[in-house]
Amino acid sequence: MKISVGPISYFWERQKVFDFYKDLEESAVDIVYLGETICSKRREVSLVDWLEIANQLTKAGKEVVLSTLTLIEAASELSLQGRIAKNGQYTVEANDMAAIHKLGGQQPFVIGPHINTYNSDTLELFNDMEACRWVIPVELGNETISRMQQHRPVGMETEIFAFGNLPLAFSARCYTARAHNKPKDSCDFICLDYPDGLPMFTQAKEPFLILNGIQTQSVAKQNLVTLLDDVNELGIDVIRIMPQSEGMTEIIKIFYKVLNGKMQAETALEKLDAFQLYGKCNGYWFGEEGMIWIDNSSKQKDNCCGA
Amino acid sequence: MSRLSQKIDLICPAGNLPALRAAVDNGADAIYIGFRDGTNARNFPGLNFSHEEARRGRDYARQNGVSIFLAMNTYPQAEQWQAAIRAINMAAEIEVDALILADPGLMNYCKKTHPGLRLHLSVQASATNRDAICFYHEKFNIQRVVLPRVLSLSQVRQVIKEVPVEVEVFGFGSLCVMVEGRCALSSYVTGESPNTAGVCSPAHAVRWKETAEGRQSYLNNVLIERYNKDEPAGYPTLCKGRFYVEDNLYHAIEEPTSLNLLELLPDLMACGVKAIKVEGRQRSKAYVSQVTRILRQALDACFSNPDDFVPNADWIAQLNMLAEGSCHTLGAYHRPWQ
Repeated sequence: MKISVGPISYFWERQKVFDFYKDLEESAVDIVYLGETICSKRREVSLVDWLEIANQLTKAGKEVVLSTLTLIEAASELSLQGRIAKNGQYTVEANDMAAIHKLGGQQPFVIGPHINTYNSDTLELFNDMEACRWVIPVELGNETISRMQQHRPVGMETEIFAFGNLPLAFSARCYTARAHNKPKDSCDFICLDYPDGLPMFTQAKEPFLILNGIQTQSVAKQNLVTLLDDVNELGIDVIRIMPQSEGMTEIIKIFYKVLNGKMQAETALEKLDAFQLYGKCNGYWFGEEGMIWIDNSSKQKDNCCGA
Repeated sequence: MSRLSQKIDLICPAGNLPALRAAVDNGADAIYIGFRDGTNARNFPGLNFSHEEARRGRDYARQNGVSIFLAMNTYPQAEQWQAAIRAINMAAEIEVDALILADPGLMNYCKKTHPGLRLHLSVQASATNRDAICFYHEKFNIQRVVLPRVLSLSQVRQVIKEVPVEVEVFGFGSLCVMVEGRCALSSYVTGESPNTAGVCSPAHAVRWKETAEGRQSYLNNVLIERYNKDEPAGYPTLCKGRFYVEDNLYHAIEEPTSLNLLELLPDLMACGVKAIKVEGRQRSKAYVSQVTRILRQALDACFSNPDDFVPNADWIAQLNMLAEGSCHTLGAYHRPWQ
């Protein structure tokens, strides 16, 4: 299986973004997704910058995919997406049907995790439009994935979220601005202060969700490191690791070693603890609630957010 | 205000035959219903229509010149696929006036198998812009889009100018603060979501606990809300509880409140909205009667004199009594809300 790094979901300063990808050049990552997928007001990195980063990563032997915005409302957002679609060099990951409208039948594209591909007929439809890879929506469990893999069109690659905060919801409302009593239209780019999002806790002081501008994520990291054999058995081609502000190259190394038989999954699980401040989860894989952790060896359920 | 403003259709929900009759009797132009087979986004125990009930509902509506739409707006996975196909075939047999779909695979099936069946794009399809809507129109010949509750009024106006299909918007009822069809919060906590099972914060996952600190509501072990003794307790929809962010306790995502667009009716009429929809197939016959009656009066008043239309204070008061949280908002239509 190949390792990918998904698009950065947080708002980082320009230099931090460049440094982040510089570090990835030497890493064991095969595929890198680039671009702003959350908020069109985040403009620290321009399309020209992204293309420069793409160029550097390509030289370092990485496959680069340009990702598009997920919630598209304004004409300016459509227009930027159009420019990304017509970049002429890199494959594009579509995160809204508007992108598929532009890309379908024109060039190979990746069906992003925010396109609702829940059954084989939908996958077949996108295949007819030249999709080359699909990222499994986070809610789907292994039984559904297995059945979709059995009917997967020839040549279609499958990618799964293997590590990181789960992208759970999008809204017109900006929750980070709301947390600071600021209107969205004058947010003062407050997201820059939260390089890993803003955690939200229940009244029992249990960590629950991460607020990231208009996006809501799981506070627990989805972690499939103990399930990679099962993932492989289903013929999944790519495992996706989501960017976080610290420890990315170490996380990639751990997954790479497990994939190549150089580290036991149990050891990897212990090592990954350092990168999951608010715990881990894998419930979706088993067709259960996403927030729980199910111990693969004993199938013991554990609630990350329990009362 | 343009004198050429078109009439806006009133689309009302019905979870059973009595509610359907109530909506017809109180002035709905169309009723939307779902089958009792888990193929729609109000998959609640005791709710929805058998095929026979749907037939009877259709007959009652038709006799009164009212249309019937069938909502099939979940995203069926392999084990639900055959049930979804059966439901579509049944909808075609009953000759519903429109089928409301979200799943591209199902739309593709409809286009091939029942090309004469009119398709509406469900709010669950998350089509929030011109290009996404055009995709569904070109690919599956959808005739109408129900817009997600995330667009501002000026964005709605722009979409209507640019798309070759009718536009329907939500006018009253519970408010999804997330983009419909793109929210997995409920499955993260309970294992079931609108996309996977047609439910959000399902009742089987709800637990109540009386404590010294007051009554507490839980969804599958996650504390959603804590009420003081004198506070009325609401249903624990998971995005509508109070949570801590940086030590501040507040409705971090959304307050329990309802959407009410009455004051925007003249604007919606002027910009060419084809229909407004009332949320609430899970609500009672009394609710459906009252909301339908008030919105009918409001739409008629607005249509006959849009320039001077002001929502009647009694309408607002009555609707607030029926509303979640007993209050209302314009939601995303009003930019500062965002």
